[in-house]
Amino acid sequence: MNTIQTQDSLTGRERENLLRKLKQAQHDFGYVSKDMMTETAQSLGLSIGEVYGITTFYSFLSVRPLGKFVIRICKSIPCYMQNAEMIIACVADEIGIKPGETTGDGKFSFELTNCIGACDIAPAMLINHQVYGQLTPGKIAEILRGCE
Amino acid sequence: MPEKRILLKNCGRIDPKNIDTYLAQDGFKAWQKTQKEMTPDAVVAEIKASELRGRGGAGFPCGLKWELAAREESDEKFLICNADEGEVGAFKDRYLLQNDPFTLIEGIAIAAYAIGAGKCCIYLRAEYHYLLDGLKNAIAQAREKGLLDGLDIDIHEGAGAYICGEESALMDSIEGKRGEARYRPPFPPSKGLWGKPTIINNVETLSTIPHIVLNGAQWFHEIGTEKSTGTKLFSVSGDVAKPGVYELVLGSSLKELVVDICGADNIKMVQIGGATGGIVPYSMISTPLAYETVLGSGAVTVFNESRQVIDFVYRTMDFLAAESCGKCTPCREGTEAMIEILGRLATGDGRQEDIQALEDLSGTMMLSSLCGLGQAASIPVLDTLKYFRNEYETRIQQSLFLRSLRGRI
Repeated sequence: MNTIQTQDSLTGRERENLLRKLKQAQHDFGYVSKDMMTETAQSLGLSIGEVYGITTFYSFLSVRPLGKFVIRICKSIPCYMQNAEMIIACVADEIGIKPGETTGDGKFSFELTNCIGACDIAPAMLINHQVYGQLTPGKIAEILRGCE
Repeated sequence: MPEKRILLKNCGRIDPKNIDTYLAQDGFKAWQKTQKEMTPDAVVAEIKASELRGRGGAGFPCGLKWELAAREESDEKFLICNADEGEVGAFKDRYLLQNDPFTLIEGIAIAAYAIGAGKCCIYLRAEYHYLLDGLKNAIAQAREKGLLDGLDIDIHEGAGAYICGEESALMDSIEGKRGEARYRPPFPPSKGLWGKPTIINNVETLSTIPHIVLNGAQWFHEIGTEKSTGTKLFSVSGDVAKPGVYELVLGSSLKELVVDICGADNIKMVQIGGATGGIVPYSMISTPLAYETVLGSGAVTVFNESRQVIDFVYRTMDFLAAESCGKCTPCREGTEAMIEILGRLATGDGRQEDIQALEDLSGTMMLSSLCGLGQAASIPVLDTLKYFRNEYETRIQQSLFLRSLRGRI
């Protein structure tokens, strides 16, 4: 038991950068490709399945290409209570896709997300890493126009 | 009991981008006092005497936890600051990080000294990436002033997973794995990150530390109730006129917070502690907010009379099922089964036996789930069944009646 743990603490820590590496790929390419998963698995001596399992576990990592602007509208209770559904419908109307989809030109991806900790300014959303609150249909149109 | 600004005292008064404004408000005095006048054991004893309990939701006595880690013999110990604030309706840690990152850093320095940790890690949720630069800047400024010598503070960003706020899942996430809860024992103070003694404290808990060190355990202990000392931050949202972060002395009444301060009216119920938090019906609005009664992370969501109980519980379970890490069966399958039943009730396909099924399932999940998510997932179900059972029964009766008509017409 002790030997295994010692080995683990000597060799296992290279994994610490795994999430960082996957996030970097997400940031650089808009997704974590099969090649990236394979390469990462090999470099750390892990199975591809394990890296795939990690990639698909986290909602900010994607195995399919996401658009330049990833819209994440909060669907949790505090936002829902402030008409998040109307905001969701409004964004869908503006960019012509449903949640879970990416526009044909690769500009927008549309996701629904769980609580983003902006309940005091509900309804709220993230576009990439920028938070927007107290959303109204008017504001949505303006914010989306600003995405260039 | 009134609002009392201890944790919030600097918010709005200092410039979170400029450490000099913090130093001008007695910033880092507690850290200096710690280094000059106190042994690590003395710091642990002080926090223990204050009876500060963890502010992340579980309420474990902070000093006791520190003592466990401090006693461990190890070449390496870790301190982790849990800034993975994913609880539904919680945003008080965000508020602290935005408005006063320095108090947190000071608290981290003191905690690391007390338990003998050379390495600290702040686990920041991916949704809060926009706070990263501010936090990095605050650490850099403290380092420049020579306040963090010999202390390594790393920021590890999450990648979007509610369960990573659970301490064992959080450590797995730092170790580059899926964020899944661990079997315990061993507990983190003896074997945590990389198998080494580890203390994991919430942002709010660590931000409380400098105040206790500077003013003394006795001062802190005189605030609040017997088993809930100090003040607590509350994130209030939902059907209120003034949503936001408020700091109250523990033991203050729920009414004072949501009615007097936040201007709620026509209240039906309040959920306290986030998605798995307890439900307080309006008839119990004078309930004191404390660990003895109901508290959790301090997320307070107010529902007025226009809200439907079953729809709320269904959406909550939908959230929990999506965020279950999937490692243990009672939680993974239990939350899915609950969705199926609650979904049936919500869409008018409820059956007479559904209430009993929900209660049976709740018992199993509470008893046998691996971590707090599955153990507490049924609290909103059981609490609403307790206080709003008629809504479930009426919904089922109406559904049965409508279905019987459908057959005949």
